[in-house]
Amino acid sequence: MDFNFIPLAFGEAISPTTAAYALATIGLVVHFGFTGLVNFGQAGFMAIGGYAFVVTSLQFHWPLPFAILATIVCSVIFAFLLGLPTLRLRADYLSIVTIAAAEIVRLSVKTPELTGLTGGATGLNGGAEDFQALNPFPNGQYLGPLHMTASDLWAAICGWALVLLACLLVWALMRSPWGRIVKGIREDEDAVRALGKNVFSYKMQALVLGGVLGGLAGALFILPRSLQPDNYGTQLTFFLYTIMLLGGATTIFGPLLGAAIFWVVLSLSDGLLSLAVTNHILPITSTQQGPIRFIIVGLALMLLVIFRPQGILGKKAEVFFRA
Amino acid sequence: MPKTDVNELIAGPVAPGVPKKNPIVVADGVTRSFGGFTAVNVEHVEIPANAITALIGPNGAGKTTFFNLLTGFDKPNEGRWTFLGQQQYGVPAHKVARRGMVRTFQLTKALNLLSVIDNMLLGAPQRAGERFFASLVPSIWRQQEESLTEKADELLKKFKLDAKREDFAGSLSGGQRKLLEMARALMSDPKMVMLDEPMAGVNPALTQSLLGHILDLKKEGMTVLFVEHDMHVVREIADWVIVMAEGRIVAEGSPDTVMDDPAVIEAYLGAHHDTDLGDVRGQQEIAKDMESDLIKHEIEEEIEEEAADGR
Repeated sequence: MDFNFIPLAFGEAISPTTAAYALATIGLVVHFGFTGLVNFGQAGFMAIGGYAFVVTSLQFHWPLPFAILATIVCSVIFAFLLGLPTLRLRADYLSIVTIAAAEIVRLSVKTPELTGLTGGATGLNGGAEDFQALNPFPNGQYLGPLHMTASDLWAAICGWALVLLACLLVWALMRSPWGRIVKGIREDEDAVRALGKNVFSYKMQALVLGGVLGGLAGALFILPRSLQPDNYGTQLTFFLYTIMLLGGATTIFGPLLGAAIFWVVLSLSDGLLSLAVTNHILPITSTQQGPIRFIIVGLALMLLVIFRPQGILGKKAEVFFRA
Repeated sequence: MPKTDVNELIAGPVAPGVPKKNPIVVADGVTRSFGGFTAVNVEHVEIPANAITALIGPNGAGKTTFFNLLTGFDKPNEGRWTFLGQQQYGVPAHKVARRGMVRTFQLTKALNLLSVIDNMLLGAPQRAGERFFASLVPSIWRQQEESLTEKADELLKKFKLDAKREDFAGSLSGGQRKLLEMARALMSDPKMVMLDEPMAGVNPALTQSLLGHILDLKKEGMTVLFVEHDMHVVREIADWVIVMAEGRIVAEGSPDTVMDDPAVIEAYLGAHHDTDLGDVRGQQEIAKDMESDLIKHEIEEEIEEEAADGR
């Protein structure tokens, strides 16, 4: 039996994809964990970011800094589009609008009329070329048994640096009076309004911040792969929710830990299942094996919210005193 | 704190909408209807400055809706009102609070997952560290934060919540939450405090201390408007009483005399349309609700007479 998949699965913990998931989840923590905005469309922010990055650099030949700037600007615009009509309403309206908007983005970029720009249903290849041109590592395999390529290593280093930067930013915000206001809004926005704070403005700021983190995560996500519209389906948002609840919804480092565990478990169960299938231990086919690992993820999420609703890094009291 | 004499408050004969010598709020033609139902229809009312005014009335009289309108939490269909001489129609709730009119809620809104001290600091009108980019640089806001923390600690001590400083507000008892909500409102040095049923669900021991705190507000020069159902409380601390029924102001007066006003009796009778008024016991129930000594006395006499007749 081949157990090569085990070190590779643990290698997933530091892969650039995991960094992208962690970054998008930090955005979600700003929305859901700290401000109480139920955003079910973080995949939409990732799609906006990914497309803004790839389309500007590949189709418009913008240099890398401008492509990154475009990613940020497009995420900000998307956040305003979602927030302006909904943030004055009750919390549930935002979740309805965001889940729909994310699907609108995914289906819009797939339309044949936009194929010249977005690549249609097949997506776009080579969005990371400008980024990889800056790669200081020579070709080869790195990190021993992980067999990481030079381009993956470069993407992972930049990705995790960005994640740590985002952690620092969110930490600095949440210990400040600004953070106190958004946490107050999560608890009861009318009370905060009665104390003279412009609740709408703070909710918008939080939505923009989390959205920009989601957009940058979208750009980070396509570095090791091509841009595919169907990567940004609703399931992506729910993976991010799983990661967030796993790590702890009101923690700074929860998303990092959650993303690492999520990907390691996903790859490990995939490896174990394929081992079991090829050796005829389990009575299932290899096509059934793919969905089964997501069933395992779903089951794990259910057990998690029942037995440890505060997540791995969260405080138990926070669940106890939730109104 | 002695009560302010009625003659020092009003500038005219006692009647609904009587002008005040020194009004802080003047409202005209304020109406609010939900569908076909008119919840508030106030022609004219003035609230005296630096006094404690009670807003009473049977359930569904529109007291809380009127509160919501004055504080910007709800928009009227029509109407104009001023606060400290400034037009305040259409001003959003957070700006109303910044002008110095702060409120509490009928259902206490403690921010459960924030510590008691964070609840207090949230009440302060802190400008520096509340901006997105400024909040990232602690040197901009640290000094202000420290002086506000000092102020918050003083208030917590006064409200006997200092032992709970670091606890989640969600761990406080109902009465302590009321105290916290009031203390938090005081962080902004308001000019007028609006309390929506401050005594609801508070045990008798805490009621006394809450009453003391309300009297202190007046001593410190603030104006208090509060909604209350407990007439003992109203008698004890209010300088002036405004009675609402079916959305309108039906009577105003000093707490000692207002409950004997025929309009008030009618208003409370209207709210008790399902009690049997043919029966003296039914009448007694209403009298009890109104806390009107005059009526209670009359009914008690009647009961005595009946008892004598029966013999």
